[in-house]
Amino acid sequence: MTEGRPRSFYVLAIFFAAYVLFLYGPMIAIYVLSFQGPQGGLTFPMNGVSTFWIAKLFQGTGIVDLGAAFRRSLLLGVIVMIVTVVLSVAAGMAFRRKFKAQSILFYSAIASLIVPSIITSLGISLEFRIIDDLIKAHWNENFETSMGLLTSGLGAHLTWTLPFGLLIMFAIFNRFDPRLEEAARDLGATPWQTFYHVVLPIILPSVIGIGLFGFTLSWDELARSSQAIGAVNTLPLDLQGLTTTVTNPDIYALGTVISAVSFTVITLALGTIHVLNKRQAAKGSDAGQGLV
Amino acid sequence: MDTSEDILQQASPGLIPGSGTARAAKPTRLSPSFISWLQAGPMMLVFLAFFLIPLVFVVIVSFWDYNEYQLLPAFSGRGYTDTFEGCIAQLPDLCTIGRTYVMTLKLCFMVWAITLFIGFWVAYFLAFHVKSKTWQMGLSLLCTIPFWTSNVIRMIAWIPLLGRNGLVNSGLVKTGLINHPLEWLLFSEFSVVLALVHLFTFFMVVPIFNSMVRIDKSLIEAAYDAGATGFQTLVNVIIPLAKPGIVIGSIFVITIVMGDFITIGVMGGQQIAAAGKIIETRVNALQFPAAAANAVILLAITFLIITMMSRIVDIKKEL
Repeated sequence: MTEGRPRSFYVLAIFFAAYVLFLYGPMIAIYVLSFQGPQGGLTFPMNGVSTFWIAKLFQGTGIVDLGAAFRRSLLLGVIVMIVTVVLSVAAGMAFRRKFKAQSILFYSAIASLIVPSIITSLGISLEFRIIDDLIKAHWNENFETSMGLLTSGLGAHLTWTLPFGLLIMFAIFNRFDPRLEEAARDLGATPWQTFYHVVLPIILPSVIGIGLFGFTLSWDELARSSQAIGAVNTLPLDLQGLTTTVTNPDIYALGTVISAVSFTVITLALGTIHVLNKRQAAKGSDAGQGLV
Repeated sequence: MDTSEDILQQASPGLIPGSGTARAAKPTRLSPSFISWLQAGPMMLVFLAFFLIPLVFVVIVSFWDYNEYQLLPAFSGRGYTDTFEGCIAQLPDLCTIGRTYVMTLKLCFMVWAITLFIGFWVAYFLAFHVKSKTWQMGLSLLCTIPFWTSNVIRMIAWIPLLGRNGLVNSGLVKTGLINHPLEWLLFSEFSVVLALVHLFTFFMVVPIFNSMVRIDKSLIEAAYDAGATGFQTLVNVIIPLAKPGIVIGSIFVITIVMGDFITIGVMGGQQIAAAGKIIETRVNALQFPAAAANAVILLAITFLIITMMSRIVDIKKEL
């Protein structure tokens, strides 16, 4: 706009820095506090430095059976990730053409995103209770429940991850050049070959992004799990349960462990996306490389 | 085995790699609309089974009867009458549900106003002041990363800062500004609003940023050339063009806060009533029709707000 940096730049830069500090400051505080010594409490100052509380979690002698909840959350997250990627890519492809029920699917996704989670969660729980009652009445009196991690729980998480997946697919195909597919077709590729050899490699970085989104959204999901997960708990649910009773830094240790997994997944995914983008830039086109 | 594969190949030539010969022999292709159904159908089914049908059940069950142990599938308005118990008798004072909704709307409004202010200027800085694409990406990522961490962790992160013996209080006491630790810092409306802003400003930044980067820079340049001051450009050019993002971000923040029961529970020390918390309390008491009735009320109010906001902007066009 104008030469040099206006004064507003510096004002807003400070504002932005303050916002980032506000975002990260408290989180860093609990990561630090989770390394309290064995006598440490919930607040600063630190009472020694150790990995006592984190070790305690993994011994399973602490407040929650971390191992079991950890495995459950991980399993659910991975399944949610795979289902989200497959369904989002498929539906994203569908949206490139006009089809009936297009707007129904679109508005379902948007509504699923903005209807308060507690309502979705309650609805799923009611649905499964009614199914249970039907099964008990008509088939098996001793039937316990059809609610569980991979039935109602999986469904609840998908209502949260799929809208994000679909929106990311829209963003990808907004800037996708359909002439590339045309070229593939002209060269005699079948639709499947076109998708596998042309479309997929180009959209792959973003598809990995969808997977990463799916996993971390599920891994940290709480509101939708709260009523719909059935008898077992995921890690965030355990963590929430602890907030009312806890007096030890266990809870910070648990928080640190959950965050560590999230950050590892994000870093891995971002790294992969970066590598794929570089490869695409290097090998995606042979223009200007001469004949043959 | 053979036959099933043959059928598949006839039905979908070209979908199976290496089916070139079959395709040459029989050029029967799937109709594009059928392929669309195959592609979009699974996602539609998930939304049907886990979102649309459950919503219908919420409405139906809200009209069922209940006793202390179970749901009774018979028509009854008890879920609603229990919710509004004593509301008319108490007038002009507000009854519990009335007070709860006033509280929820109040929290909602405060969080909306603060997240909008922060979100707008953060997005503005990223969109207009950060010139290099790499820096823009990096700084946006910096704002996004905390969003990928459990909300509960980000909530409890405030406890060591705001608690009675927390950093803020001990700091203030040591510097002699106050004699006794401030009690209202934690488990109060203040801490609820603070935590909600901390958690959800992200939902404001992203859509506003998206609208702002799409603004043609020459428009701003034209405004300056025509002699507009920075403030005039902001009000007459940037804000109108960023409006879709502002509305979408507002819808996100408002619906999240309207339904929230976890943040308000944890940060309010389970003392502050809110619309979402009523539902949770009713479920815990196994009063499902009453919980469903409250969900219907909450849904109606939320949709009312969204409809009003989406009058301002066509959301579908913006995506």
